[in-house]
Amino acid sequence: MAQVKNITAPLTDEVIKTLKIGDKVAITGVIYSARDAAHKKLVDLIEGGKDLPFDLPGQAIYFVGPTPAKPGNAVGAAGPTTSGRMDAYSPLLIEHGLKGMIGKGPRSESVKDAMKKHGAVYFAAVGGAGALISKSITKVDVIAYPELGAEAIRRMEVKDFPAIVAIDASGDDLYEKGKKEYGIGA
Amino acid sequence: MREVDVKQIGDAVRDLAISTNCELGERETEYIKKMLDVEESPTGKEIISMLLENAEIARKEMIPICQDTGFTVIFLELGQDVCLVGGDLNDALADGVKRGYTEGYLRKSILSDPIKRVNTGDNTPPVLHLSIVPGDKVKVTLAPKGGGSENMSGVCMLKPADGIEGVKNFVVDKVIASGGNPCPPVVVGVGIGGTFEKCAFLAKKALLKPLGERHPDPFYAEVEEEILRRINESGVGPQGLGGRVTALDVHVETYPCHIASLPSAVNINCHASRHGERVI
Ligand code: SF4
Repeated sequence: MAQVKNITAPLTDEVIKTLKIGDKVAITGVIYSARDAAHKKLVDLIEGGKDLPFDLPGQAIYFVGPTPAKPGNAVGAAGPTTSGRMDAYSPLLIEHGLKGMIGKGPRSESVKDAMKKHGAVYFAAVGGAGALISKSITKVDVIAYPELGAEAIRRMEVKDFPAIVAIDASGDDLYEKGKKEYGIGA
Repeated sequence: MREVDVKQIGDAVRDLAISTNCELGERETEYIKKMLDVEESPTGKEIISMLLENAEIARKEMIPICQDTGFTVIFLELGQDVCLVGGDLNDALADGVKRGYTEGYLRKSILSDPIKRVNTGDNTPPVLHLSIVPGDKVKVTLAPKGGGSENMSGVCMLKPADGIEGVKNFVVDKVIASGGNPCPPVVVGVGIGGTFEKCAFLAKKALLKPLGERHPDPFYAEVEEEILRRINESGVGPQGLGGRVTALDVHVETYPCHIASLPSAVNINCHASRHGERVI
């Protein structure tokens, strides 16, 4: 596999332009966790003209609901959840400055359109590798909706978080291309 | 009559909740290792080695393989010569789940109501499948079931005229359409026959079979092999990012069926195919 690209989060337009599908990346910096319930709340805030619990421009959201941390660990198992459930919410967040999303599984056309239009990137983390991924998350703080438990919004400091560029800002989609490349006789 | 204390069953549930979530089975590990040679996509290979590394970390540190530690599905085979003592069996099972998920630092993913959506806070209640069998033993099998793969499952009331080809097409199409969502490589359970709910149950039960084991009836063994081959020819690959290994295995379970029906079900499981058992 190609070399790993080291990138930092929050993301800049310059970095996003260099990312192509299939690129293996190691993300270092700060990302935010949010799942369905938190996404719904973020969208409601935007639609109501209210402030979000964190500044959206440039940020990357990780679709994750970790297990509780064992004593001494920053976080428990923390692999990605199915991104498709966030498809209804992501375009509005992208329109308001969200630059990166980390999850698993394909995205809808409307998400891809928004990504192309506003220059955002979608990373696939390895679903089912929650223990391994947890090793790259060094610090976690719940910053909003603690009542949602695993679904609360968390600020996560990450170091060399492993992911693969699955959909890039030009709209190229590895889910489509990869399947075509390895499909037999379909 | 042999007396069995329900607390012992609760203890088994507690222990199995933790072990199945943190320890990838030996057979599964070996099986997945072999897939490194089968996979042709460099990204796919990389993903498979990450899953193996993940399993090692999880086992060593006893942290869950996956953050979705699932709905606790319990299959209880109760010997008819057993007399349960020591309280309410359902309470004991729930207590086992609660202790396992709390003491094992597992995620609590269960909501008390599907629409109002408030978390129960301790992953209770479990889903219980109880069967009465001959003998004086109790067999507890626990299989935590993740939401991502469960969501990609389905039941189809096929017409008898659709025959085995109809079943194969339904299963293959369903798995391919789920793409990267259920974290491929997946394990596929297929239920054929029975009633609407029975075939869904069969599909779930099929997931308990060991990887690589074929159906005793050569006809269905061949069906399993063909479905597996066709799924893996799709190119979906590890995590849906392209490759040869989309499914690790396919297991079929069947049951007698009504003259008017051909119920078919597919239940998708994660690579870890988490399950474990204890006989009391
Ligand atoms: S589908 Fe399975 S491996 Fe993937 S996130 Fe869900 S429980 Fe984990």
